[in-house]
Amino acid sequence: MTINEKQDEIIEEFSVFDDWMDKYSYLIEIGNSLEGFDEKNRVEQNLIEGCQSRVWLNGELKDGKVYYTADSDAIITKGIVALLIRVMSGHAPDEILEADLYFIDKIGLKEHLSPTRSNGLVSMIKQMRMYALAFKTKMNG
Amino acid sequence: MYLDNAATMQKPQVVIDSMVEVYTKYNSNIHRGTHHLSNVCTEAFEEARIKIQKFINAANSHEVIFTRGTTESINLVANTFGEAFLNESDEVIISELEHHSNIVPWQMLRDRKGIVLKVIPINAEGELLLDEYRSLLSDKTKLVAVAHVSNALGTINPVREIIEAAHAKDIPVLIDGAQAVHHFPVNVTELDADFYVFSGHKLYGPTGIGVLYGKEELLNEMPPWHGGGEMIKSVTFEKTTYNELPFKFEAGTPDYVSAIGLGKAIDYLTSYSWNDIVDYERELLDYATEKLLAVEGLKIFGTTKNKSSVISFLVGNIHPYDMGVMLDKMGIAVRTGHHCAQPVMDRFGIPGTVRASFAIYNTKEEIDKLIEGVKKINQIFE
Repeated sequence: MTINEKQDEIIEEFSVFDDWMDKYSYLIEIGNSLEGFDEKNRVEQNLIEGCQSRVWLNGELKDGKVYYTADSDAIITKGIVALLIRVMSGHAPDEILEADLYFIDKIGLKEHLSPTRSNGLVSMIKQMRMYALAFKTKMNG
Repeated sequence: MYLDNAATMQKPQVVIDSMVEVYTKYNSNIHRGTHHLSNVCTEAFEEARIKIQKFINAANSHEVIFTRGTTESINLVANTFGEAFLNESDEVIISELEHHSNIVPWQMLRDRKGIVLKVIPINAEGELLLDEYRSLLSDKTKLVAVAHVSNALGTINPVREIIEAAHAKDIPVLIDGAQAVHHFPVNVTELDADFYVFSGHKLYGPTGIGVLYGKEELLNEMPPWHGGGEMIKSVTFEKTTYNELPFKFEAGTPDYVSAIGLGKAIDYLTSYSWNDIVDYERELLDYATEKLLAVEGLKIFGTTKNKSSVISFLVGNIHPYDMGVMLDKMGIAVRTGHHCAQPVMDRFGIPGTVRASFAIYNTKEEIDKLIEGVKKINQIFE
């Protein structure tokens, strides 16, 4: 699946909720079920410090594709982290660098990407792209 | 529904009207022209200063310096009193309860001048340990700077005892009253505070205006901070002589519109009796405390008897950000996070709290809605 196909799939999944409470319950469920973050990666250099919540992000390159794992101390943040990983992980650096992340706006969670929220998510997306850029440079070098 | 009053207050209409009136009827730069408008505006500005003087019972109106807020007031003291009178290895005592605005200016001074910061610890209830404080006072102590009321926990500190103990050793004391002046009457003369600082926007007044009260003698000894217009007596390229108090510390055009608004906010607040304000806020605090404690897994941080209408809490393992986001979705504004008081959070080993803070315009019905929301969110996260 391409990045956009995955985004469209998430938009579809979220379209069934007409009540914010159901939507957030689903987001909490997604957050709670995010696994795969290796404790050895819970280190200072992977930490994205927000004023409100914290995010740990690790990226690895395998066969020309970037794989992310992440965690957060707040579940709602973690739910969005999980969605971002689902969309971005497993793609080539160029695809990640060119990606237009429209799904967050479409599923009505744009407010969580506002810098004023200070929850680490804006910096997380930046950091995901930084990984892609670093791996791209490495591959070309 | 607004329960984030410890961050900033909503403004009464009379305050807003007073500021609109300045801009529409008599706006003019103060202390400048000989013209009519300037005189009217200057008088209104100086009248606001006198209202503040009376509000905190200062001996003289020129002991009331307008600043941009509590933070600037503390920075002013650190940059003038601190620069002029503190030297390497001199000590400043602060407390574990302080807002970052009463920590960082002293750390910056420490980095510039090599002073030492000493910290009064707190107990599990969020009260300052006074015996520890007394043992920190020494010949090296040059200033004590503590909050009157903790912004994160609501603890009302025994500032009278703190000041007495310091004065017994001739040490001046700065009190950060940002979270105090709107909750109960403050009398700087009776307290014998050397410096007392607070913000307008937490006192039903506008943003961008605050107060530094200082004893005349101290303020006269202190060098000015910002240089510019209004703070001078005469300027040549060789030498400048400084203006007298309070103008020495008010370089440039002050925010006279907000100062006039602050004067109006004080009129508004003092139109109620302090007994009524204290009683009503206590009633809200007790009501909310009792109801919140009945929520399963809820823990309150800051459990001293002597506290202002602020409740910091966590429910089970729910992260304060998650609680804040969900309450926001329900239309309830509370503060979440470390409240610019990270050392307090570290003391309790938590990332932050959810903080509900009440003002005189809040009601028990609003508290009921908060409790209902917290319970509902608790169920979702279970």
